[in-house]
Amino acid sequence: MKLNGSEILINCLLEQGVDTVFGYPGGAILNVYDALYKHAEIKHILTAHEQGASHAADGYARSTGKVGVCFATSGPGATNLLTGIATAYMDSSPVVFITCNVTGNLIGRDAFQEVDITGCTLPVTKCNYMVRDVDKLAETVREAFIVATSGRPGPVLVDIQKQVTSNEAEYEFVPKEKHFEQGRIVRLKSTHHPSISSPEPDLNAIDAIAEILMKSEKPLLICGGGVVRSGAADEFTELAEKLDAPTAITVMGGGAFNGHNNLKTGMIGMHGSQASNMACDSCDVLFAVGCRFSDRVTLNPNTFASQAKIIQIDIDASEIDKNIKTDIHVVGDAKKILRLLLERITEKQDHTDWKNYVFSFKVETVYKKLENGKMTPAEILSAVAEILPDRTIVTTDVGQHQMWAIQHFKFDYPGQLITSGGFGTMGFGLGAAIGAQVGNPEGTVLHVTGDGSFRMNCNELATEEYYKLPIITIIFNNSCLGMVRQWQHLIYDEHYSQTTLDRGPDFAKLAEAYGVHGRRVTNVEQLREILHETIEKRSDGKGWVIDCQIDIDEMVKPMVGGGSHIADFMLI
Amino acid sequence: MDEQNKIRRYTIVTSMDNEAGVLSQLAHLFSRRGHNIETIAAGWTTDRKIMRFTIEIFTDEAKMKLLCDQLRKLVPIHYVEILEPQKSIRRELMLVRVNAADRATRNEIIQIANIFRGSVVDITHDSLTLQIVGDDQKNSAFETLLREYGIIELARTGIVAIERGELKKHDDD
Ligand SMILES: Cc1ncc(C[n+]2csc(CCOP(=O)(O)OP(=O)(O)O)c2C)c(N)n1
Repeated sequence: MKLNGSEILINCLLEQGVDTVFGYPGGAILNVYDALYKHAEIKHILTAHEQGASHAADGYARSTGKVGVCFATSGPGATNLLTGIATAYMDSSPVVFITCNVTGNLIGRDAFQEVDITGCTLPVTKCNYMVRDVDKLAETVREAFIVATSGRPGPVLVDIQKQVTSNEAEYEFVPKEKHFEQGRIVRLKSTHHPSISSPEPDLNAIDAIAEILMKSEKPLLICGGGVVRSGAADEFTELAEKLDAPTAITVMGGGAFNGHNNLKTGMIGMHGSQASNMACDSCDVLFAVGCRFSDRVTLNPNTFASQAKIIQIDIDASEIDKNIKTDIHVVGDAKKILRLLLERITEKQDHTDWKNYVFSFKVETVYKKLENGKMTPAEILSAVAEILPDRTIVTTDVGQHQMWAIQHFKFDYPGQLITSGGFGTMGFGLGAAIGAQVGNPEGTVLHVTGDGSFRMNCNELATEEYYKLPIITIIFNNSCLGMVRQWQHLIYDEHYSQTTLDRGPDFAKLAEAYGVHGRRVTNVEQLREILHETIEKRSDGKGWVIDCQIDIDEMVKPMVGGGSHIADFMLI
Repeated sequence: MDEQNKIRRYTIVTSMDNEAGVLSQLAHLFSRRGHNIETIAAGWTTDRKIMRFTIEIFTDEAKMKLLCDQLRKLVPIHYVEILEPQKSIRRELMLVRVNAADRATRNEIIQIANIFRGSVVDITHDSLTLQIVGDDQKNSAFETLLREYGIIELARTGIVAIERGELKKHDDD
């Protein structure tokens, strides 16, 4: 049947089973929105800003395991997505971004709202496309979805010239399973192109790794974000238990290794626990899965676990030996590789002595009660963890509050923690929470933020209110850009240059102005009452902004300075 | 210095779908990962829908391996290969116009060109334009020799390279 490009696009989304799109309209994408108008089966969430939409699509993807889809118009609409695209890219989140550009005959003429968005997003997309011809549209969209979700997932951008959205072409509904049989995907598939496939694991290497792991007396496991993406949490946990090995998580790995597990040593790296970092410094084998050894984990790559045999499992060959030289590695899907390892590691190991050593160091930081009577972050988080339901999805912004939350909460399942680990995007949290709540309407979604981060994108409270999303935002309001201030305190002689936020707004009043519940809280009893209230009033569909006043000098502990040896704590 | 850190010239051959933007994707990856392209040459393969690029960079083995893996992730890429210097043929074409105002000079230059198997492709009463094909060393040597006559303009294509065919072994060898 002949359809115009906009109809074809919508139909391609339906082929994928997409029922939710986040976005923002504008001139170049008007035809697409006109088609959307006729398709009630796709729910469109209109955000306050394209950046919010980009984070929402990302949060939706991370919390549901489905692909996120995000629309924006040309020019400023498209560039407003950029931070969100980069955030998704750094954390390997599958999001398909669809932008429209000016009409083909205007391209390159600096037309109104023209921008080379494929050029802009080249370094932060897994692949991007410009569609110039309506005959190529369906094939391109199908490829985009496959690329976004296969192999190591990541964001993809499809930029469609405006005339394509009104020109007509022959379209036929092709079920998703058949998409591998057409266009470029045929080549990508037949050549096992790394963009869409996970290599067959090298069995010899797996045999050798099994042997090393069984012989190890002091093994340490690192659970990275790849365990989340691969859905390998069960296999990973089984292996950790069989090996009786202390297990650290990276920021991205949170949730993939159950926070209640006795083998958990907590986060590793700059704000890693003493147990994780000390174990890293004395293990004989370091086994890392889906972890790219970022500088926030390794700090000093030359001394990082230099005494240990380093084993790396990753789906992306270009992550092997990139930051840390491995002794042995396997490229492939974590789930598959872990299963193969489990078959080979038959005997349950016992590492009591080693565990005694590792767990003689603290897994959790003890934060002292403050004499000035102010709430501490730990008190806030304890109250939250106790009162909010289990399995509450947690999104964060970036800063101290993010580290406190990841250190404190015991995440039980992959996808429970949604945080910008790689790009460190302040302003990610509320958009991500919107996506998570839309994707999990029955779930409780908690958004942990700081006053700096919240101020960046709090405009999305309008979206939260309109769509009746009962998101609970907790602001760790320290009246400063805490994480930066912490560095200034420790490294810059307390030169608090531009980090003091002695200014409005009153977040509780702001929340009320947006039509959601706003509260300002100064003590834990008040907080507990309000948390109970959030549960009682959940059915009113209103979100919450709970502005918790904390001390300006709170710090994240422990801390190892960037580039330092992992066991050289500057703060414990 | 161990082998992994030794910096040398690498010749990378890759083929990509022939579509808008692939060159910038390719070039961008090099610069984004901190590599400086020495030469790059591109053209069709037997299939007009596929472009073959020859790229040369100076780097070490570890970085080279990483770069290859990063290149292989680009969706339009078909394959990426490193050509070993002993097992490959590297050539570039160079066009050079030199001053040649009198007969004696012209003869001298033509003689030099003959030794290098170059050819004269254009001649005027005060200049000669020569074409030469060779690897970068040969072409640079040629350039050096011509310098004393005064080079007016010079253009090099950048290296294209191909793997040598395998010699079949005879049973009685
Ligand atoms: C978009 C963006 N701009 C700047 C930074 C640098 N940065 C990292 S943490 C931080 C402070 C965050 O302050 P706040 O949100 O109040 O959180 P806190 O650290 O106080 O908990 C800043 C400015 C960033 N990560 N992202």
